[in-house]
Amino acid sequence: MNKMAGLPIAVGLVSVLFGVLIVAALSIWLERRLLGLLQQRSGPNRVGPLGLLQVVADTIKIFAKENWVPPFADKAVFVIAPPIVIATALASFAVVPLAPRFVVADLDIGLLFFLAMSSLAVYGVALSGWASNSKFSLLGSMRAVGQMVSYEVFMGLSLLGVVVQAGSFSLVDIVNAQKGLWNCVPQFLGLAVFFVASLAETRRTPFDLPEAESELVAGYHSEYSGFKFAMFYLGEYVGVTLNSAMIVTLFFGGWSGPFLPPIVWFLLKTIFFIALFVLVRGSLPRPRYDQLISFGWKLMLPLALLNLVATGAIVLAAGPR
Amino acid sequence: MLSALRSIWIVFKHVFMPRITVQYPERHRALPPRWRGRIVLTRDERGEERCVACYLCAAACPPSCISLQSATRKDGRRYASFFRINFSRCIFCGFCEEACPTYAIQLTPDYEMSEFERRNLVYEKEDLLVSGEGKYPLYDFYAVAGVKPDPAAAGKRRGPVDPRSLQP
Repeated sequence: MNKMAGLPIAVGLVSVLFGVLIVAALSIWLERRLLGLLQQRSGPNRVGPLGLLQVVADTIKIFAKENWVPPFADKAVFVIAPPIVIATALASFAVVPLAPRFVVADLDIGLLFFLAMSSLAVYGVALSGWASNSKFSLLGSMRAVGQMVSYEVFMGLSLLGVVVQAGSFSLVDIVNAQKGLWNCVPQFLGLAVFFVASLAETRRTPFDLPEAESELVAGYHSEYSGFKFAMFYLGEYVGVTLNSAMIVTLFFGGWSGPFLPPIVWFLLKTIFFIALFVLVRGSLPRPRYDQLISFGWKLMLPLALLNLVATGAIVLAAGPR
Repeated sequence: MLSALRSIWIVFKHVFMPRITVQYPERHRALPPRWRGRIVLTRDERGEERCVACYLCAAACPPSCISLQSATRKDGRRYASFFRINFSRCIFCGFCEEACPTYAIQLTPDYEMSEFERRNLVYEKEDLLVSGEGKYPLYDFYAVAGVKPDPAAAGKRRGPVDPRSLQP
């Protein structure tokens, strides 16, 4: 199961973990710079070269803050909630193949593991809103649960077309099955649905109703500060990185590409999709909650089903491989 | 759905537009010519203080941030024995400049006055006085006022002011 290019598993694990955390931290910088670019501003450009050390400065600042739990909160749950968000997102990276023979755990059910972990992330959000004992947090986490549960349905369905084509749930097999043609061409419908669903799963604008700051202060993490807030914040960006990595793995051939080493291709593609997440955030307003839900159930779910049926029919007609 | 894609495209095009931000400490915006910034006290062409301590600036000042004390020199010329502007109160409205009959008090295009302590924003007369004539060179109040400094008035208190007279 373990394929780490000859490295001991602990070394591979730690390098993947730190690599992901660094990419997630850099995507905070990337997002702020890109949003500046989209709004004809400069973004943070003072701390370090191109403002790259802004993230470091922010991290030092947020660690220096008091680690405070509100007296009215349910303390144990309040403390447990943020690690769930970040841990589930990080755990999913175990199944993502970053390069040939460089994956922490090539599970036979890798894709299901990813979906399971993103379902578990709902607990972090739900528990944080409940434990905060504040109306804004509770409203935010109620919205988050409704949104994530609805969007998970067709997130899973949109990926089934990929699974049907590759004949496997293992992400390594799925990447290998894209040798001839990347899945983004035959599975363009699945790609579109998965992209929308991953926006909703990571609670990013335009689907940021759980933390809608114009209505709910900060939604489910209103009562959080300091290190615990940093976990939510970083967890969001780990989630964005993860979903970009999954789009790359499932639809854009994973590590494959000419000339450059595979890990570089993987990184470049992932960063491209992180930038796309930022572009969508910079352009689209937040829908009303009923619009969000009806968009999910009435448009995205039928599209995902249509994609699955069509893919299945074509694969059946093509006959056994 | 299409409108969402269209707005994404419109926003994306902003990447190629020029930045609006001015990188401030390195670059400055071009100020309008009548910018109202830091207040100075100017001198006339002979290098004497123009201020005759008439209190009109202090009277015109909406937040009352100007305080001064008049005194009379040996030759009868009035001057301000102290002149203090509290720039933490000043709203840079320029009313003092408009009120000033001698063009002594003037606003300059300087806005970089930040201080770490509020009390450092209280400028005394020696901080306010500049060596030049400011915006109105060659203007000499006593040359156009029609009165000369009265040496007899030196050191004496004046009687009640005649409000119908425009003369100092």
